[in-house]
Amino acid sequence: MFADHLLTVSIWLPILGGILVLLLGSDERKPLVRQLSLGVAVLTFLVTVPLWTGFDRGTAAMQFVEQADWIRPLHIQYFLGVDGFSMPLILLTSFITILVVIAGWRVIRDHLASYMAAFLIMEGLMIGVFAALDAILFYVFWEATLLPMYLIIGIWGGDNRVYAAIKFFLYTLLGSLLMLVAMIYLYYQAGHSFSILDFHAARIGETAQILLFLAFFAAFAVKIPMWPVHTWLPDAHVQAPTGGSVILAAIMLKMGGYGFLRFNLPILPDASHALAGFMIALSLIAVVYIAFVALVQTDMKKLIAYSSISHMGFVTLGFFLFNQQGIEGGMVQMISHGFVSGAMFLCVGVLYDRMHTREISAYGGVGHTMPLFAAFMMLFTMANTGLPGTSGFVGELLVILGAFKTNLWLAVIAATTLVFGAAYSLWLYKRVIFGPVVNENVKKLTDISRREALFLGLLAVFVLGIGLYPGPLLDVMHASIDNLVAQTSLSKL
Amino acid sequence: MQAVYLAIPLLCLAAAAIAGLAGGRIGRAGAHGVTIFGVGAAFLLSFYVALDVFRNGHLFNGPVYSWLSSGGYNFQVGFLIDQLTATMMVVVTFVSLMVHIYTIGYMADDEHNWPKDSLAGKNSYQRFFSYISLFTFSMLMLVMSNNFIQLFFGWEAVGLVSYLLIGFWFNRESAIFANMKAFLVNRVGDFGFLLGIAAIFAWFGTLDYDAVFGIAPSLASQQIHIAGSTHWSLITFICIALFVGAMGKSAQVPLHVWLPDSMEGPTPISALIHAATMVTAGIFMVARMSPLYEMSETALSLIIIIGAITALFMGLLGIIQYDIKRVIAYSTLSQLGYMTVGLGASAYNASIFHLGTHAFFKALLFLGAGSVIIAMHHAQDMRRMGGLRRFMPITYFTMIIGSLALSGIPPFAGFFSKDAIIEAVHHSHITGSGFAYFSVVIGAFITAFYSFRLIFMTFHGKPRMDEHTRKHLKESPAVVIVPLLLLAIPSVMAGWQFIEPMLYGDFFGDAIRILPRHNAFAEAGEHGFSAWHFMKHGAFQPPVLLALIGMVSAYIFYVARPDLAGEWRAKLAPAVRVLENNYYFDKVYQAVFAGGALRLGSCLWKSADVKMIDGFINGLARAVGWVSGKVRLVQSGYLYHYAFVMIIGLFLMISWFLYL
Repeated sequence: MFADHLLTVSIWLPILGGILVLLLGSDERKPLVRQLSLGVAVLTFLVTVPLWTGFDRGTAAMQFVEQADWIRPLHIQYFLGVDGFSMPLILLTSFITILVVIAGWRVIRDHLASYMAAFLIMEGLMIGVFAALDAILFYVFWEATLLPMYLIIGIWGGDNRVYAAIKFFLYTLLGSLLMLVAMIYLYYQAGHSFSILDFHAARIGETAQILLFLAFFAAFAVKIPMWPVHTWLPDAHVQAPTGGSVILAAIMLKMGGYGFLRFNLPILPDASHALAGFMIALSLIAVVYIAFVALVQTDMKKLIAYSSISHMGFVTLGFFLFNQQGIEGGMVQMISHGFVSGAMFLCVGVLYDRMHTREISAYGGVGHTMPLFAAFMMLFTMANTGLPGTSGFVGELLVILGAFKTNLWLAVIAATTLVFGAAYSLWLYKRVIFGPVVNENVKKLTDISRREALFLGLLAVFVLGIGLYPGPLLDVMHASIDNLVAQTSLSKL
Repeated sequence: MQAVYLAIPLLCLAAAAIAGLAGGRIGRAGAHGVTIFGVGAAFLLSFYVALDVFRNGHLFNGPVYSWLSSGGYNFQVGFLIDQLTATMMVVVTFVSLMVHIYTIGYMADDEHNWPKDSLAGKNSYQRFFSYISLFTFSMLMLVMSNNFIQLFFGWEAVGLVSYLLIGFWFNRESAIFANMKAFLVNRVGDFGFLLGIAAIFAWFGTLDYDAVFGIAPSLASQQIHIAGSTHWSLITFICIALFVGAMGKSAQVPLHVWLPDSMEGPTPISALIHAATMVTAGIFMVARMSPLYEMSETALSLIIIIGAITALFMGLLGIIQYDIKRVIAYSTLSQLGYMTVGLGASAYNASIFHLGTHAFFKALLFLGAGSVIIAMHHAQDMRRMGGLRRFMPITYFTMIIGSLALSGIPPFAGFFSKDAIIEAVHHSHITGSGFAYFSVVIGAFITAFYSFRLIFMTFHGKPRMDEHTRKHLKESPAVVIVPLLLLAIPSVMAGWQFIEPMLYGDFFGDAIRILPRHNAFAEAGEHGFSAWHFMKHGAFQPPVLLALIGMVSAYIFYVARPDLAGEWRAKLAPAVRVLENNYYFDKVYQAVFAGGALRLGSCLWKSADVKMIDGFINGLARAVGWVSGKVRLVQSGYLYHYAFVMIIGLFLMISWFLYL
């Protein structure tokens, strides 16, 4: 019984748990709130682990499928299932949520229960996005994730949080409305079905494909985000509390990338090929242009936010190369970026909790007072620059290898990240960690606590683990990627 | 045997991990004990492997584990053990072991280099040992690899550790500028290197050396499309792209700018970077890829020209330096130029030969300079030295040996290896070899001049340091002296011991492949050449004579007539100014690349991101706000208004569904 409904449990356990936290918790009962939240988060993670261990690596078919009627007259189903693309993302979600709960342990003082509940509900909704195989179900989860994040930024955010929250909300909402229209159109094309798998099989004309592609593009490009619809992200990150930034960077952005894999490429192969040049151009602009913008940021979070956009450029670049290395590279880049960007935002959080400023110029010489923290941040900075041996390298390498197969110059432009990515990352590290102690505040800093060492340490294990032995991660994707490559090479006209 | 291969790098890695992670618990003795044990064992095992390779002819090429598979191709971590690898392993671990032992003395009072309450300064000694062991591990992974991905891993890991080590004293502004510069300049090289690897993967479908070398001949005439109607030979593209990586690591003009600044690191690191690890990576890589490079004379020409420029012009910079470490740093650049010239002339064996002898005498010179610096209380300006030979006889003696070897005076090691390169260039017919020959011959004079300028300024003449320092001058402790003596032995002997097998014999077997028409030594080898012949022949050739003239000139300028140096400096002021500014490379790079990137970034951010995109979005939001202000009037609050609108809506929706 339980084993047949793993996905349902993974979705609803954190949501119900979150509601429970909300009901039981108040600011007088913080220890209870913390323990209960951690318990729910860990339990959810444990529930998702069998998805990995029980996953059949040999097939591209959906696994752990659950199917039931939801709104029968409109043929909307409660249809869940995972393949090699969604399963790793679900595990990433359930893992990162644990870290976010730990990271908010002492730092959040006001409305702790609501804070924890927002993240737990968020977790369930995001798992829902990755597990949904019915377009309407997907859409509902997709839109629903906006609300907790909107509240997280709006309530626990920085000084300019309202502007950021509304910008975030409107940007992503406008994008996804067009997606709904596209889904309704596909419903008719797929013979009155909202099943995404039926969408995959539907035959669609050329013009329709292009229009549908652009509609989905509006939703996913904003989410991931691609240049030039990226400007909501730096503001959202800067204003969001640490946990919000972590979820945003580590998982929410991946929803956009996942959308391209689930909708654009397999449903609209002809449009994908026709618009590949456009997509690749936007991706490469993100890789290069955004790297320069990151270089001149004076706010740590903004710098890392821009760095995220630049890294996501690699994801979309890889996807639209239509070869194995490209798509695999894009997927690995998404997973890796989940760990690395999460770690970078947590590092900023560690500093912010002590100094209450994100201005780079307020720091300098932190390595003297926080050597252990400096070591962790060194590792994550290097992972951010794609150093071999860290997870950051694997995706970039595969994408560059894939790009070279398509066109020499794509690889040349993409590979400039080796220099530019290193430049903004190391310059940040130099200004914050190295140098003499610049002021009294830095002098008074205390090194990371055991709680902080725990979440940074866990991330370090994954960053190094994937870097040194990425084989197992790629093995779960192979079948799905082979299948996708085959799908994109078949014309639907 | 496979366990032995695996143990060699892993011993260094484990030692680095213990010293780094548990440094506080195991203390100083524990840290240097465990790392010296690790590297020492790695050295002994490397020696054992070398014996196995050269005596018994046991070669190995196989995977350790599968890193990942993609598109049907397995990216593996694996080892290739052949003559070239074994040579490198012995050189790397030996020099590294010497540096480890030496470091006990050099870093003994490192706490003085840190601010008083710095927590990072507390375990700095242990951390340093951890880093140098990690450095050795990285270099071993690089030379032992049997495929390009692992090569790249070692390549980048070396870059990372050099970054950590150059900026080891991160309290110093100059150190953290230098380490970032080193990493970024190396990344420019890696950019080319990675593209070369990508090209190989795209065309060969494999990244294993053996398979690549096997397929290469069938792609000899393959062209790749660059732009418009421009096509390049694939092999040439690959060779040049990989060489760009080598230019970064092995500090060839114009990517050499990081190396002089790397002096900001503690001296043992300079020895390790300049002698055995890091800078040798590029030379090694090209030698390893000899089957590819032999197929592209265009690439070889580029290599020989770049090498010749580096050898000549960087040597000139050594003449005007006053910082003792900088003199040696520029000599490294110049000697790397020699090795590169050798590669360009297809004398890969001669280059590796010079790499080996240079590793010994350059480590010796750096550690000797470090010994001087210890005695001078961390002053490095040679103008404040002088007359040290009476106080530090062993340092003096070993430095003389190192300088003679560097200057290429027979029968010291450097003579054989350097002369072999000069000889090879002489026989080469490749484009650029004429200029290269000129450079390396003139270079012989320059090398001898700045080497002995250093000796004379430091150890001869009147003591010029302040009274306090002079009173405390003394020879360095045994942990410093013993490595110097141990390094002096191969600096004397390695030349005539190895010249015959390496150049004329079958020392490298199939590890290095040279086309018959490129092989400068083949003809000579047929006549039964020996080290003695080589020496007799070479001793009266221009390079050695020029080196002797260089030594004598240095004597005249810095001992016999010290006033002349200043006079000439004034006379040649414009030229000196160019040299003092390192040919303006640093200034131009700083202005164009660093400054340009910042200007571009800030322009893109402020005008494109903030003004254009956000301006548009905010304008849109304002427009929406205006419209919604109007539309709000519709929300009358009367229930029947809403009900009416709902019914209309429902009606429209149903008709839409029915119509479809």
